[in-house]
Formats: sequence, structure tokens, C-alpha cells
Amino acid sequence: MVEAVWLIPALPLLGFVVLLAFGRRLGDPRAGYVATAMMVGAFLVTLVVFAGLLGEDGEHRSVTQHLFSWIPSGGLRVEAGLLVDPLSVTMALFVTGVGALIHLYSIGYMHGDERYHQFFVYLNLFAFSMLVLVLADSFLLTFLGWEGVGACSYFLISFWFERPTAAVAGKKAFVTNRIGDFGFMLAMFLIFATFGTLQYTEVFGASEELREGTATAIALLLFLGAVGKSAQLPLYVWLPDAMEGPTPVSALIHAATMVTAGVFLMVRVNPILDLAPDALTLIAVVGAATALFAATIACAQNDIKKVLAYSTVSQLGYMFLAVGSGAYAAAIFHMVTHAFFKALLFLGAGSVIHGMHDEQDMKRMGGLKKWMPITSITFIVGWLAIAGVPPFAGFWSKDDILINAWEKSPALWLVGLVTALLTAYYMSRQVFLVFYGGERWRKAAQPESPAGAKVGPEHEPVAAAADGHGKPAAAAAAHGAHGDFKPHESPWVMALPLVVLAALAALGGLLNLPFSDYLHLEHWLEPVYGERIHHLTSGSGTKWALLLITTGAALAGIGIAYLIFLRHKVREAAVEPRVLQRAWYADELYRGTVEAPGRALSDGAAAFDRRVIDGAVNGIGALVRAGGSRLRTVQTGFVRNYALGVAGGAVAVLAYVLARSA
Amino acid sequence: MSVPGPWYLALAAMLFTIGAVGLLIRRNVLVMFMCIELMLNAVNLTFVTYARLLDDIGGQSIVFFVLVVAAAEVVVGLGIIVSIFRRRTDATADDVSLLKG
Repeated sequence: MVEAVWLIPALPLLGFVVLLAFGRRLGDPRAGYVATAMMVGAFLVTLVVFAGLLGEDGEHRSVTQHLFSWIPSGGLRVEAGLLVDPLSVTMALFVTGVGALIHLYSIGYMHGDERYHQFFVYLNLFAFSMLVLVLADSFLLTFLGWEGVGACSYFLISFWFERPTAAVAGKKAFVTNRIGDFGFMLAMFLIFATFGTLQYTEVFGASEELREGTATAIALLLFLGAVGKSAQLPLYVWLPDAMEGPTPVSALIHAATMVTAGVFLMVRVNPILDLAPDALTLIAVVGAATALFAATIACAQNDIKKVLAYSTVSQLGYMFLAVGSGAYAAAIFHMVTHAFFKALLFLGAGSVIHGMHDEQDMKRMGGLKKWMPITSITFIVGWLAIAGVPPFAGFWSKDDILINAWEKSPALWLVGLVTALLTAYYMSRQVFLVFYGGERWRKAAQPESPAGAKVGPEHEPVAAAADGHGKPAAAAAAHGAHGDFKPHESPWVMALPLVVLAALAALGGLLNLPFSDYLHLEHWLEPVYGERIHHLTSGSGTKWALLLITTGAALAGIGIAYLIFLRHKVREAAVEPRVLQRAWYADELYRGTVEAPGRALSDGAAAFDRRVIDGAVNGIGALVRAGGSRLRTVQTGFVRNYALGVAGGAVAVLAYVLARSA
Repeated sequence: MSVPGPWYLALAAMLFTIGAVGLLIRRNVLVMFMCIELMLNAVNLTFVTYARLLDDIGGQSIVFFVLVVAAAEVVVGLGIIVSIFRRRTDATADDVSLLKG
């Protein structure tokens, strides 16, 4: 059954090719159904492979399927193959599973878009690249997928390229990712120079003899790649801007799958990380710092998707904290649960944006619970999951990470704890602003009215809005561009994925329950890291204490948000300082330190090109032209002048010959 | 008794000079053409003289080539001149200067 693994990436690839050729003819919505069918097919095949792998013993759960000779070149032979082991199958399961749900959701979300079929072309290509990334049996093939998902991310961020912000955001993501890719490539060069191969099994089989210096260098270079792809400090800046893309893209690529590729890579190369303790410490520190940093920014964002974007950066920081603590299983566990609840939150946010007619400012929402029941209930499940309220999924995975961080260093644990509190706070803030409180969109729908102004007499009563029909024409006109504005629930193709993901976000914790010998995920993944994983040493008393503190922090965060945003004990502006709204001025800092010198350098190069290089070329041209215009006066057209010239020349030559012979 | 060789050479040089100077100072195309013929034949005379002085048949055979080339040149040159005079009745060489740079 494991032999069917090649079908997993092949199905999305088939979908990509079919949609590329016939997508326009299939049109809206059939193109979407084709793409979704491919993803569902890939998911079913993954289930079959998963079942096949379960049937094997623990030691035999690593199968390499040789596909073809990719680069047969003399002594160098690069093979392309798929590595089926618990890690790659786990990744493939949630990539295809969550991916299929998001494809389904996109059918509804992208309905009516001009380039509907093209969206699914990109989406299927992305799924193919991501599956190649996780199933590859060598660094090189992983890198192929790595670049593929990067390119698709670029296409999809700037999918609405008519908007200048989207085009710029795509460019930013692409350029920032290049820095990481550069690290990945250098790491591959170093690995090839050291081992003479890029196959995972061969490299890890020989990694015992690696010196610590080389191991640290490889680990740090790969980590640089992961930092770029997974949006960690200092290369996280592209991810918040990537929210310019359509919301399903944010959910699939910039929350659930692609951005976790860095974490996947780190777990994949754990035999090398194990030899580089300094690199592990750095990974943990960067992860913790990113988690806290991004969480503080998320507390003051007003864009519904920006909050989730910074939240994603923060949660990825948790995963790297786990990797740095040697808790590879916890990292994968959190990656999976995060994929569930963050995809859910993004899709919920997309549903809200859809229902609010492309409004993204949370300050102009409120009270949507009544209007969008399915969206709000599923979103609340996602909120409880990410906030870490037991027994939802996020609680278990976050707790797992924090216990491991505690044993790595209490300081890291403290950072993680503060982040947990902030996470609960900003997510509660979002839920309260969007689904509870007053229906601020009634006022906001009138663009000119200042925030907090009294409702004007032209606004219709609530009852009139509820039926949506027979409204006075004046009232409808008062709503300006919104027309007869009324939030509405989304169609079933969008609601169904929300419900499924909500169920997963609620129950995902069952994958890896602590306090029992029945550690499903950790045991299942054991062939990947063997004895290299960090084994918890704390007693159950410490564990319980940490668990209670974490839960307390989560509840405290929710409570604070409740007091501020529902009971209005503190002015909202007081807890949203400008420095956080502007994301610690990181963009401004980068503009000053990277963009300005880069621009100066480019300007200098352009001036050099214009003055020196163009100057030389143009100068030669001008010289020839000037010489020609002087010389052409010699050609008078008078035959006798030429004859004089010939005669004079002959005389001169004769004189010269005579002078020499004399 | 025969005329000594250097006399022939001197005559050839004089004929050549007359031809060259005539080419440079006259404007009538036909006269210029005759000057060219004069110069060619001055050279022919030199060749023949040296052929005799040095007792080398090569000089004489070169003369035949020169005669042939000169005949061809006369054909082409006269053709051009005739066509020029067809367009304008009193042309000098200086009037035909359309190709000046």
C-alpha cells in the first residue's frame, strides 16, 4: 500500500496540468471542484499509505520509493525518490487534509473572481510543491518543493496584482525568502562537500562522524532557511504583508502548511541538530523571542487578518522553541494542532470578511454572532483552542512545549508563558471585537461619520435591518457603497470546512495526550528522532504546577480582554499604543537599515552605469561621428582633387623610397 | 647608329609629366581622358626601353597587357562621357561632383 505514495504529489500535479489546459473552459465553479477532487484524492491516498505504514513494525517504517534518475551526469547521479516515514506521512496527512478543506472553501470564497480558474491552478501547484517538499528523500528534492511553494506563495500573495499593495507584498515575500533560500543552498553545498550525497538516509547514517563545528554550521545555515520560510525574527516581515492575498491562501500557505516547512526541516535534520547543541540553543532563543515579539504586535492590530498573521508568527516561534528544546514531537504536535485551529481562524476571518462585504477593520465590526452563527461558533472554538483553554487542541500542544522549555531553561519558559497570556488576550480581543459588543458597522458603514458619533436620524431601526427588505430608500442611500448592507452567513462550501476544522481543533489534543503512556504522536514519530528527543525529567508535581500556571495565564488573558473590550474598564486606545500598532516600527527600521543603503547602492550602481559604462560606449560613438564629420569634407566630389591626391601620394612615396635608398 | 636608352626614358618622363599636369589642370573631360592615355603610353615606352636595355622580354609582354587594359578603359570611360554629354551639353569635370561628402 505504501507503493501508492507517488500518487500523493501526482494528483495535485495532474490537477494543475488539467486546470492549466482546460481551466478557463471549466470555469466557475467547476474548476474549483476539479482542484478539490484532486486534493481529496491525494488525502485518501495518504490515508492508504498511512494505513500501510501502520501495518509495518517500528523499524521498518521508513520506505524509500525510487522514482527516477533526476540528474545522471557522469560520476554524479542525483536520484529523485520519495521517503515515506512517520514524519513525512504526518505532514502529508495534514497538508492534504487541511488543503482539501481549504480548496473546498475557496470554491465559495473565490466565486465570481475574474481569474477564478487561475487561483486553483496556483493552489494545486502549491499543494504539489508542498507534498514534494515533505515527501522528498533528499535535500535537493526538498529544496525543489521549497522553491516551488515559495513561487506559489508569491503568485498567490499578489493574486490581486491590480492592487499595488498586493504586488509589493508579493515582492517583499519573495525577496525576504531569498535570504533564507540562500542559507538553505549554502547548507546543501556544505552537506555535499562533507558527505558527498544529499540523500537523507545516507547523510543521517553517516552523521555520527560529523565534527561539531561542521554540524553547527550546517544546522545554522539550514536554520537560516527555516527562519526565512517560517517567518522568524528577523525575517518575519513578509508574513504580515502576505495577508494581501486571498484569505484561503492565508489559511493554507501562510498559516497551516508552507510556513511550517521550516519547522519540518528542523525536525527532519534532527540527527545533525543533535550534534550542534549551540545551534539548538540559538533556535530556542530565536523561537521564544519571535513568539513574544509577534504576540505583542498582535495585541494592537485592527485588521482581522493582521492579528492572525502576527499570531501565526508567534505560534511558529513556539514550534522553534520546541525544536530548540529538543522536543521534536511537541513541535510537530503543535504544528498539526496549529494547522487545525489557525486554518479555522483564517477561514472564519475570511467568512467574516465575505459576510461584511470586504470589510477587514475589526473596529468596524461587532455583534456578528447573531448574523453569522456557524462562523461565530466555529471561530470561538478556534479561539479557545489557540488561547490554550482545556480541553481544546492548543492547550495540549502548547503545554507540551512549555514543559519542555522549562527543562531547557526557566527563562525560555517564562517568555513562553507571557506569550501564552498575550495569545489568549489578543485572540479574545479579536473575538470580542468581531462577534460581541455593539454593531459598530452600522455607524462605520457611513464613511464620513467620526468614530463614536451618535447614530444619525437617517439610520434605520434594527428591526428594519433584520428583514432587509422594504427599507426606506433614504436609509439605503445613507449606507453609501454598502448598499443594503447586512452581514450574512456564508454558503455551505465555506461553512463545511469551518465545521470540520472546528471539530479537529476541539479534539486535536487527543493525538498526543500527556500524563499517560499512550503518547500516540510521540510514539508514532519515534523512528524519526529515536533517542535524540528530549525526555521529560520533571516529576508529575512540577508538571501539574506548570499546567495550572499555563492555564491560569490563558484564563487571565481572556479575563483582561473581557474587562477591556466588553466591560470597557479601560479605554481601548490606552492598551493599543502606537508603537505596537506600527509593529515596533520594524518596517521603518528595515527601511532605514536595509532599504536605504540598498537604494543608495543601487542608485550608485545606476549612476556608474549611466556615467562610466554608457559614457564609454557613447563616447566612442561620439568620437567616430566627430571624426567622420571632419573627414568627409575631404571627399569633395571633384575628380581633379582626387587626381591631385593620387599624384601627390605617388610623389611622396617616391620621395620616401629615394630618401631611403640614398 | 641607334638612339641611346636614356633618351627614351627622358622622353617617357616628359610625356608622363605632360599627361599628369594636363590631368590636374584641364577641366574638359575629353582632354583629361587623353591625358590619361598619354600617361599610360609613357609608361609603355618606359617598359619597352627597359626591355631592350636589359634584354628582357617581360617588359614587352607587360605592354600588351597595358594596351588591353587601356582599350577596355577607353570603352568604359568614353561610355560614361557620352552619357554625361547626353544629359548636359557643356559639362566640365568639376560640374560632376554629386558624390561629395
